[in-house]
Amino acid sequence: MFYREAGQFKTDYRSDMAVFPILQDRIAIGAILALMFIVVPLVANDFWLNTIFIPTLIFSLAAIGLNILTGYCGQLSLGTGGFMGVGAYSCYKLTSIFPDVNIIIHILASGFFAAGVGVIFGIPSLRIKGFYLAVATLASQFFLEWSFGRIPWLYNYNDSGAIDGVNRSLFGIALTEPYGTPAFQYLVVLSIVVFLTWIASNLVRGRYGRAWMAVRDMDIAAELIGIKLLRTKLLAFAISSYYAGVAGAMMVFLSLGSAEVEVFDIFNASFPILFMVIIGGLGSLIGSFMGAAFITVLPILIRGAPSLFGFEIHAATGEHVQLMMVGGLIIFFLIVEPHGLARLWQIAKQKLRLWPFPY
Amino acid sequence: MELAHKIFVAPFWEMSGAPDLFLQVLWEGFVAGTLYSLIALGFVLIFKASGVFNFAQGIMVVFGALSLVGLHQLGVPAWVALALCIGIMFVLAWTVERVVLRPLVNQPDIILFMATIGLSSFLIGLGEFIFGGEPKTMITAELGLPSGAIDFAVAGGFVSLQKIDIAAAVMSAVLVTVLAVFFHKTRIGRALRAVADDHQAAMSVGITLQQIWVIVWFAAGIVALATGIMWGARSDVSFALEIVALKALPVLILGGFTSIPGAIVGGLIIGITEKLAEFYWGPLVGGSIETWIPYFIALLFLWFRPQGLFGEKIIERV
Repeated sequence: MFYREAGQFKTDYRSDMAVFPILQDRIAIGAILALMFIVVPLVANDFWLNTIFIPTLIFSLAAIGLNILTGYCGQLSLGTGGFMGVGAYSCYKLTSIFPDVNIIIHILASGFFAAGVGVIFGIPSLRIKGFYLAVATLASQFFLEWSFGRIPWLYNYNDSGAIDGVNRSLFGIALTEPYGTPAFQYLVVLSIVVFLTWIASNLVRGRYGRAWMAVRDMDIAAELIGIKLLRTKLLAFAISSYYAGVAGAMMVFLSLGSAEVEVFDIFNASFPILFMVIIGGLGSLIGSFMGAAFITVLPILIRGAPSLFGFEIHAATGEHVQLMMVGGLIIFFLIVEPHGLARLWQIAKQKLRLWPFPY
Repeated sequence: MELAHKIFVAPFWEMSGAPDLFLQVLWEGFVAGTLYSLIALGFVLIFKASGVFNFAQGIMVVFGALSLVGLHQLGVPAWVALALCIGIMFVLAWTVERVVLRPLVNQPDIILFMATIGLSSFLIGLGEFIFGGEPKTMITAELGLPSGAIDFAVAGGFVSLQKIDIAAAVMSAVLVTVLAVFFHKTRIGRALRAVADDHQAAMSVGITLQQIWVIVWFAAGIVALATGIMWGARSDVSFALEIVALKALPVLILGGFTSIPGAIVGGLIIGITEKLAEFYWGPLVGGSIETWIPYFIALLFLWFRPQGLFGEKIIERV
C-alpha cells in the first residue's frame, strides 16, 4: 500500500543506478540513520551501548570485510581474526610513534597495514581454491597470533604482553576506552562504519564488484573474458583485510580498551565473523549488519533468558547450555534459511510490495 | 652470516652431535603424526562419502574420549563403557544424518561446513553439560593399555619410548588396515567407494545414500573414539583438546581431502617436521612455532600440487 515503486519514473542513468532507487527506501534509510545517530545515543544507557551497539557495529564492519572476500569474491577465509589483530597492533604502534596525530587518522591508517599483510597471505589464493584455501588462510591466522604474542616490539615491551589503553581525544573530548564516554565512542564508531559501508556499497556495485562476482562464479571463465585474476583476487584480499583491520583497531581503542592476543584468535574472532557473514547472507552488505547483530545479541539473550523466567542456573551450566543453544540455533538457521537473514529481508520486501492485495 | 649459520648449519650439527636426541625427537614426531593421521582419516572418510568438510571431527575425538571417561566415573566397567561409547557414536552418526545432513542436502559446501562448526559447538556444550567441564584422566590401565617406557641404547645414548605411544602406533596401523580391508573387500565398502566416486551414479544402481552416510559417520566416530583414547592417554581429556582439530587441517590439505594414504603420509610428514622444527629451529625465534609451522609446510607442498599430495586432480571446465 505504502511501498510501491509505481509512478517513480527514472529519467536519467544517474537515478537508475542509484543505491536506493525507490523513494521509500531512501526515506527508510534516512530514518534509520537518524535513529542510529540521534535517538540511540540519547536513549540507550551505557550498558546497551557497550555490550550491544558498539560491538555489533564493529563486528558488522569486520563482517562486511569478510563478505567482500567470501561473499563477493568467493575466496573462503578463516583468517579474519588475524587481520583484525594486525589493525589493532599497528594502530597501537602508530599511536606510540606519532602521538600527536589524530586517533581517527590512526584507526583509518592502520587498516592499510592489515591490507598489506592481507595481500601477502592472499597470494596462495592464486593457486589454491575452495577448502584448501580456507585451511591455507589459517596459516596467516596462526602465524599472526604467534607474532602478536612473541614479538615484544609490537606491544611496546609491556609487562602484560598486551595492548593497553591509550588516552586520545577528538575535538577536545576524551574518546578512547577507558577514558571516553560510551555515547561518544558509539557516535565515532557509527560514523566510521557508515562511511566505510557507503564506500563498500559503491565498490561492490561498480567495476571491481562485478569483477569479483565473476571470479566467484567461475574464475576460469572470468579470466577468459579478460579479468586479471591476480589483481582482482589480491584487491579483494586487500580491501577485505582493510575493513577487518579498521574493525580490529576500533575494537581495541573504542570498545575494549586493552586487548590480549586471545581477542583475535580463531574461536573469538574468525569463526564468529564467518557465522555472521553466513547467517546474514553471503554477498549482502545489509546481511552483514543483521548477522553481526544476531551473533552479538544471541549469547546475551541466552544468558539473560533464565533469570527473565525467574529461575537461576549455575554459571558453568549456563555456559554449557549457551554453547549448545548457539550451536543448535546455527544449524537450525542454516536449515531453515541457508541464504541468510538478508534473503528473509528480501522476501519481506517482495511481500510488502504486493501487500495488502497479493495476486 | 651469523644468522645463516644458526639457521642452516647449527641445527644439523646439533643433530649429528647427539643422534640419540635426534631419534627421540623423530619418534615424538612420529607418534604425534600417527595421531594427526587418525584425525585426518576421520575427515577424509566423511569428505569422500558425503563431500562434507567435517570440522567437528576433532570435537568428536574429545567427545568420544570424554564420554568414555565420564561413563567410567559414573561406575560403569571400562569395557562396558567402551561398548556404550561405540553405541553413542552410532546414535551421533544417525542423529547427524537425520537432523543436519538430510535437510541440508544439495546446499553449497560452505553451508555444510558452517553446520559442522555449529555441530562442534553443540557437542562441546553437550559433553561438558553431561560430564562436567573439568579435565579428566584417561582410564588407560582399566582398558588394558600398557604404561611405562622402554629404553633403547642407541649411538652412545638412550632413546626412551613410551609403551602407550607404541600401542598408539600399533593401533593406528591396525585401524587403517581394518578400514582398508573394509573398504576393499566388503559389500558396504564397495558401496562406500561408489558413493565417493559419484553420488548420482551410486544412487542409480540402488545404493541408499542416507544409509551410507550413517555408516561413514559411524566409522569416523569409531576412528575418533580410538584417537580420543590414545590422545587422552598422553594428556588430560578436556575440550582444550579442540585445538587438536586444527592440527589435523594442514595434514588434510597436505595429503589431499580425498585420499586415505594421503592422510597417513601427510600426518607423518607434518608430525615429524613439526617436532623437528620446534626442537631445532624453534629456540631461534622464541619457541611455540608448532602452531603455524605445519600450515607453512602444507602451503609449500600445495604450491606445487594444489590438490594435495594424493588428492584427485582438479579438472575445471568452463
